[in-house]
Formats: sequence, structure tokens, C-alpha cells
Amino acid sequence: MRKGWRFILVLLLALMVAVAAAGCSGQKPAGNSQSGEKPAAGEQAKDEKFKVAFIYVGPVGDAGWTWAHDQGRKYLAEKLPWVDANTYMESVPEGADAERVLTELAEKGNKVIFATSFGYMDYVIKVAEKYPDVVFLHCSGYKTAKNVGTYFGAMEEPRYLSGMVAGKMTQSNILGYVAAHPIPEVIRGINAFTLGARSVNPNVKVKVVWTNTWYDPAAEKQAALRLLDAGADVIAQHQDTPGPQQAAQERGKYGIGYNSDMRQFAPNANLTSPIWNWGPYYVKTVEAVKNGTWKSEDYYGTMKDGIVDLGPFSDKVPQEVRDLVNQKKQEIIDGKFYVFQGPIKDQSGKVRVPEGQKMSHEDVLGFNWFVEGVEGEIPK
Amino acid sequence: MENSVWIATLAAAITAGTPILYAALGEILAERAGVLNLGVEGMMLVGAVTGFMVAVRTGNPWLGFLVALLAAGLMAAIFAFLTITLRANQVVTGLALTMFGTGLSGFLGKPYVGIPLPLSFKPVAIPFLADIPLIGPVLFRHDPLVYLTYVLVPLLWYYFYRTRPGLNLRAVGENPAAADALGVNVFALRYIYVIIGGMLAGAGGAFLSLAYAPSWLENMTAGRGWIAVALVIFAVWDPVKALLGSYLFGGVDALTYTLQAATKIAVPSFFLKMLPYILTLVVLIIATRQTLVKHIGAPGALSIPYDREER
Repeated sequence: MRKGWRFILVLLLALMVAVAAAGCSGQKPAGNSQSGEKPAAGEQAKDEKFKVAFIYVGPVGDAGWTWAHDQGRKYLAEKLPWVDANTYMESVPEGADAERVLTELAEKGNKVIFATSFGYMDYVIKVAEKYPDVVFLHCSGYKTAKNVGTYFGAMEEPRYLSGMVAGKMTQSNILGYVAAHPIPEVIRGINAFTLGARSVNPNVKVKVVWTNTWYDPAAEKQAALRLLDAGADVIAQHQDTPGPQQAAQERGKYGIGYNSDMRQFAPNANLTSPIWNWGPYYVKTVEAVKNGTWKSEDYYGTMKDGIVDLGPFSDKVPQEVRDLVNQKKQEIIDGKFYVFQGPIKDQSGKVRVPEGQKMSHEDVLGFNWFVEGVEGEIPK
Repeated sequence: MENSVWIATLAAAITAGTPILYAALGEILAERAGVLNLGVEGMMLVGAVTGFMVAVRTGNPWLGFLVALLAAGLMAAIFAFLTITLRANQVVTGLALTMFGTGLSGFLGKPYVGIPLPLSFKPVAIPFLADIPLIGPVLFRHDPLVYLTYVLVPLLWYYFYRTRPGLNLRAVGENPAAADALGVNVFALRYIYVIIGGMLAGAGGAFLSLAYAPSWLENMTAGRGWIAVALVIFAVWDPVKALLGSYLFGGVDALTYTLQAATKIAVPSFFLKMLPYILTLVVLIIATRQTLVKHIGAPGALSIPYDREER
């Protein structure tokens, strides 16, 4: 009798863990069920395909960062039928777990592995040493190796444009910015946004609140609400969920999203969103690896390359503003305008980039100070 | 303007504290009955997702709330079966329940990510009370689910300390063998309170997805279930202290942002974020020193499965 209970217990626990694993990791079985193949036959057919894998820091359902990468993965699978891009691992922590997952993916015969978060950097380098025949691509990092490349995009370009929209739409001349972590990537975005806003409205101030999290919809919304309480009437964000947009919606104010088109989450508030468009880069890179033309590089794509863009405007944005922004966008794409060109002053009013000069790429990547017009501090 | 910012912060402390409060009250019920359920996070997520799904389908947030209670109660029933009837290790089973709930909610919720809720819980100002200066805007301009906790907390307190069933509940958690000898059905009571506790966790989750951030996103509880578990110790298993504690936790969150948005005071937000946990530690230390005899008020039989044959 007791033995029987034990058996049921073990069975139940195993079932629970199995369901949890299925829901969590989201690793798709290799077989393609639509084609009607038997799983075993499908497995064999897949072995001939070029296997590409992705690891994500969040769930694909985050509607933000990871979702945008997953759209890229789907685009890749659609554009290159000879690629098997069915393998992805969600919510992989940026710690020792990443090393295990990366090793597993390399071991399973993936030819290209995209690691889509900054914190995977050291693990990617470590695992890449052991698997010289696998190409690793690490998003937003700065360490490369013979078989490790990095990739990222000039999000500051669409951020600048979104700042112009906010600067034109604000009544109170106070813009709120919900920011995740005080790292150069986020600081760069805040600065670009502020420069854009002040280019069309010199009286604008940008208030910054740090949440110290990439992913907590309720906390992000809360931070945005406090900014609205403090007088902001447009909320921009460097966060991975639409929480801040919902706060703006609730208070009848405006919002600028991030990562993907966020209009559906806050139809009355969201004006536009700077967005990532990873698909074309994934296609290009996988093709290069397959053809043997791929070389390790620090890829930093621009709006011209299409890896970043300004998402669609909502109908709240008047035509005159759209024209202004689109004109600037064209100037950026044509190389006539650079976001971080002088004169740029810092918060104390000191000129950091003199008139006629441009910030170097290294300085832009290592941004650790705010431009004039930003209200807030960078925690040290 | 300055004043209104602070009032808004206090009001936000209550909203931010409410999901934690629901979950903590649920956990207090279970732990008072002697069952340590670490599956709070999982039950909250299942409550959040099922509540959202039903509210989207029917357009009725109350119906969603009800289903969230039932779904999370069902999760708790699984846990109860494993730990009470089969006497499985409560810690391990609780962790499994959280993993299960996280996975299940992500799986169920996939098609619902990014769908707006047609009708969510909206703040309702209580007539007269809402007009009292300071207290009104802080306490009485919330949505109905917040008001529900105002009623629930004193009710639970009264139930625990002033009624016979409440006494039975505490007896089951303190000394199940003695309670059993007095004719109290230990197994039935533990089942009941674990399941009701799960329902309250589900209510906390539903508050997040139906009122606070009306939407569904995977893993949207972001660790609040674990905070609730810590809060139960902080509150020494007392519903009133749990209310104060969760508003304190919520207040720290709200304050972090207000200080940054409305003032020039630069308090490191990491410092503020760790405050609640430090407070929990401090309370634990004080409580253990003061009442070494009384075991910090922790139910005596907490996390020990009851076996009649071992009496």
C-alpha cells in the first residue's frame, strides 16, 4: 500500500517537473509536425539541415527584447528554408546556467548560436574555445574570438527621432524616462532621446527613474506613475515590458515604447516606439557562415542597415511632426546627420563635444555621463 | 504639488503592497495549519493567467477573479494531496509547485500576451471617506480588490484569535497530535486551509493581471510570491502585521521612484530595495531572542507532515 502511494507521488512530481520544463524552456521538438512526417523520419531529415540556435534572457512572451529577437528567429526560418531554427531556450539566467545551455546547444550540432543578452559574454567566450567549429554571436557584448562575433545596433538613432516626437507633443515640457540599469547602453539612449527632444523644444527636461530591473511590468508601471505624478506628460522607457505605456494610458498622457511596436498595449497613449529588427541581420549572418565567408567582427548596425528603426506613428502624432521626424530620419540614413555631433554639453553645462566634432564610436559605447537637460543621477 | 506627490506615493504603497498582502495572508493560513507551501509564486501566476484569460473571454473581471481563485485553489489541492496525504517533503513539493505554475501559466498564457483587457478593475472612490483630507486619497480611492483586503485582514485576525475554529486551526499547526486527540480532524483542516491559502495567492496574482498592470506577461509576478513567503515570517504569522509589512514593502518600492522622480535626493535604489529584507532579518533576530521559548511564534508543527501512527 505504502509503495503504491510512493509510486503515485513520484509520478505526479515527475509530471509537474515535465510540464514546468516544457513551459519554461520552450525548446521545440525537432520534428516538423505540419509536414506530416513521422517524428523519427523528421529527425533524420533535420540532421541535414543547417542548425541554428538561440538563447534568450526572458520569455518570448515578454512583448519586448526577447520577443523582438524571436521575431528575428522566425524571419530567419521563413527566409532560409535550409535552416533549422527551431531551437531556442527561454529565460536562461545570465550565470553559470548559460554555460551549460551553450555547451548543450553546441554539443547538439548547432552550427550557429546566437546569445542574445549582455551577461552571457564570458560564458560564450569560454564555450566557444571548446567548440572551434561552431560560430557564436553575442548580442551587445565587447569580447570577440576567432569564432565569436558581437552584434548590436545604433538604437540611439531611432531614440533621437522618438525624442523629437516627445519634444513636440509635450505640454508640460517635462518628459519621463523609465530606465532599467545605469549602463552605457541605457545612458546612451537617454542622451539621444534628450538631444532629440531638445532639438525641437529647447525648454524640455527629461526626468530619469532607475528601476534596476529589465523585466517587472508592475514595477515599471509604478515608476512611470511616479514620473507622471512629478509632472511628466510623455513617458519613454528603456524596459522590456509595456508597463510604462500602460501607466501613461491610465493617466491620459503619452508614451514612447521600446523594442517593438507597443501601440496595442496602450492605444491612446503610445505615440511610437524605437524598435529592433534583427531578422535581416540573422539571415545575412547565417548565410555568410554557411558560405564560409563569415569573419569575426563587432557588428554595429544602423538605421540604414535596417537593424533599428522607428516604429509606426499612432494617429495622435500630427502630420507636421511626422514630416519633421521623417526628414531627420532621411538625413541620418544619408549620413548627413550624426546623433552625437557637437556642440553637446553635459548636465553641468560644460561643453563635452565641441561644435563641428563627432563623438568617437568608443566614447559612444562607453557613455557614462548625461547631456544637458537630463534630470537624474547615474548611480556610481 | 509637493504634497500631492507624497499622497500619491502613500496610495501607491498600498496598491503595490496588495498583491503581496493577498499572497501573504494565504500563506499565513497554510502555515498556521502547519503546512509550509513554497508554491506561492506558482499559484499566483496560475491565478494571474487564468483570471486574465476568463476576463478577456467574458469581459467580466469579477468572473476572472473567481476563476483565478478556483484555479489557484486547485493547484493548492494538488500540493495538499502530495504533502498531507502522501506526506511528501513540503519544501521540495512547494518548489516543484512553483516551477509547475511558472511553466503552466507561460504555456496557457502564450496566446494572451499583448491582448488588452476589455474591462479591468477600476479605482472607485468611497463616498464621504474619500473626501477626508490625506486619509481619503491614500486609503479610499482604490479598486474593489484593495477594499476586499481591508475587510479580510480584521476578519482573519478575529477568526484566528477569537473563534473556536480559529483555535482549532492554530492547534493543528502547533500540535496536531493533541488536536487529533481532542477530536479535531487534522487532515481535513489542513486540506481546507492549504486550499483557501492557495485561493488567496491566486487572488494576489489576479490583482496583478486584472487591476494593477491589466495585462498578461509571462512571469509577471516577478518574485512577489517569494516576498510574500518572507513577509509571513516578518509578520510573525499575524494578519494585521502582514498588512503593515506588505504596505511597508510596497512603500519602499513607491518611495524609490518618488525620490528619483520628484526630488533631488539621491538615495541608492539598491539600498532601498534591500531594506525590506534587512527588516525581515532584524525582526527575525529580535523575535528569536525575545521568545526563544515561544519559537518566534512559528507554528510548532510547521513543515512536519502529520502521521497518526507516529503519535
